[in-house]
Amino acid sequence: MSRTPRPEISPLTAPFWDAARSHQLVVQRCDGCGTLRHYPQLRCVRCLGADYSWVSSSGRGVVFSYTVTHQAFDAGWADRVPYAVATIELEEGVRMVSDLPASDTDRVEIGAPVEVFFDDVDGELTLPRFRLTAKE
Amino acid sequence: MTVGLRGECAIVGVGNTAYARGTNRSTLELHLEASLRAITEAGLHPRDIDAVMPQEMAGRVTEEFIVNLGLPDVAFTSTIRSGGASLGSAIQSACLAIAAGVATCVLVPWGRRGYTEQRVSTRSTVESPVLDTVNEFERPYGNLVAAQWFAHAAQRHMYEFGTTSEQFGAVAVACRRHANLNPQAIMHGRPMTLAQHQASRMITTPFRLFDCSLESDGAGAIVITSVDRARTCRTAPVLVSGVGEGHGDPPTSITQKRDTTWIEGVRAAGQRAFAMAGLGPEDMDCAQLYDGFTWFVIGGLEALGFCEHGEGGRFVEGGAIELGGALPVNTHGGLLSEAHVSGMNHVIEAVRQLRGEVPPQRRVDGCRRVLVSFEGDFHEGSVVILSR
Repeated sequence: MSRTPRPEISPLTAPFWDAARSHQLVVQRCDGCGTLRHYPQLRCVRCLGADYSWVSSSGRGVVFSYTVTHQAFDAGWADRVPYAVATIELEEGVRMVSDLPASDTDRVEIGAPVEVFFDDVDGELTLPRFRLTAKE
Repeated sequence: MTVGLRGECAIVGVGNTAYARGTNRSTLELHLEASLRAITEAGLHPRDIDAVMPQEMAGRVTEEFIVNLGLPDVAFTSTIRSGGASLGSAIQSACLAIAAGVATCVLVPWGRRGYTEQRVSTRSTVESPVLDTVNEFERPYGNLVAAQWFAHAAQRHMYEFGTTSEQFGAVAVACRRHANLNPQAIMHGRPMTLAQHQASRMITTPFRLFDCSLESDGAGAIVITSVDRARTCRTAPVLVSGVGEGHGDPPTSITQKRDTTWIEGVRAAGQRAFAMAGLGPEDMDCAQLYDGFTWFVIGGLEALGFCEHGEGGRFVEGGAIELGGALPVNTHGGLLSEAHVSGMNHVIEAVRQLRGEVPPQRRVDGCRRVLVSFEGDFHEGSVVILSR
């Protein structure tokens, strides 16, 4: 299902989305000091290095915060309300945003463990999404 | 010690349109009406205006004011892009231009058609370059509008500090009570109880409808000049005693901040403004705090040092921020209950309180110093301390 809006992909960020199409979750790692970063940026704010590589993430993390949205702010999301959208803190320390599956809406909470899955929206776009996992 | 811009400049004219939900006039028409009111109140003529700070979020440019108001010789203009935090920064730039001798009388026209045109509830708001990363990495996941972005921060604040929806409600009730003492407020004549706040429909947790500021149409304007020039104006000058701005890290998304519970741009701005003014939170007689959402007031009180980090929820309980309380906040009703004029109504209220012009029922007796805060985009902030 296609929802609006779609990501506006730039040369800087294309490797993230290319990897997603291969069902890989990647983030930038500074070649100079090893610091991981996301969202993509041109330089490392720690060492100011311009060189970086894309490295795989485990795809596991926890809910850092979230909101359950009841208002249909956009027509593309009207059939999803209420839905949960969470700030995910990955094991590696970087954060991403993802909506959660409808079955997670009523049980999302801060600190809940999550894992990535890959949603092939269409031939050109795969969205890495997250869902709650059972607590260990 | 340097005191920067302390006492260099004064607000000599304020003006506003009626505030409404629905208008057939353009944003520019609203800005022009407010501008003429402010200029006239000061005893000035448009030909005295030699600088304009247009509002980027309202899509305005200085040239429109030149051709519609007949400004003969504009010597300075600058445009700020910090979302809702822009106004305090615009006032700072105006004061810098005056203090440097580049300009003498600066017009700051502000306001929006937040009901007729730019509605948050249907995502028809102005786009800004600062939103690029959110557009790419958050909006495709349904994290679409400001209510949701700041909900992530508010939810975390509740988690870390035990802040409650009832405490958000105390902010909403205080603003509504003040609006009911203010005939020009959109929510005048519509009192609200805490129970009504708690019963209002959920927009995006933890924000209910009555945690969200109004979608409204209207504009306000101020004229700033040097303290020397101010003595020749018709009104009692209101001094800009301190001003500052601050920018969050990173300023491009709430979700990427290490600590989302600080409104860090407001915190930095407040520290700069207090230092410039040589004053502290305890010196303020009231505060007009940017209240896009109720939680902004709680976070703002913490960021500005009116209480400790995490204590904002408890601070607002028991009427402390209502008229007659320890620190009256948003004595006009704020963005929550007067109108959303991108913070200009906060400045106008501060000026009218300092002049003693507001009706007795909502007057802060002996008001000498007022803090005004602005918050925008992703916890960017600006603060102005006004005094008489």
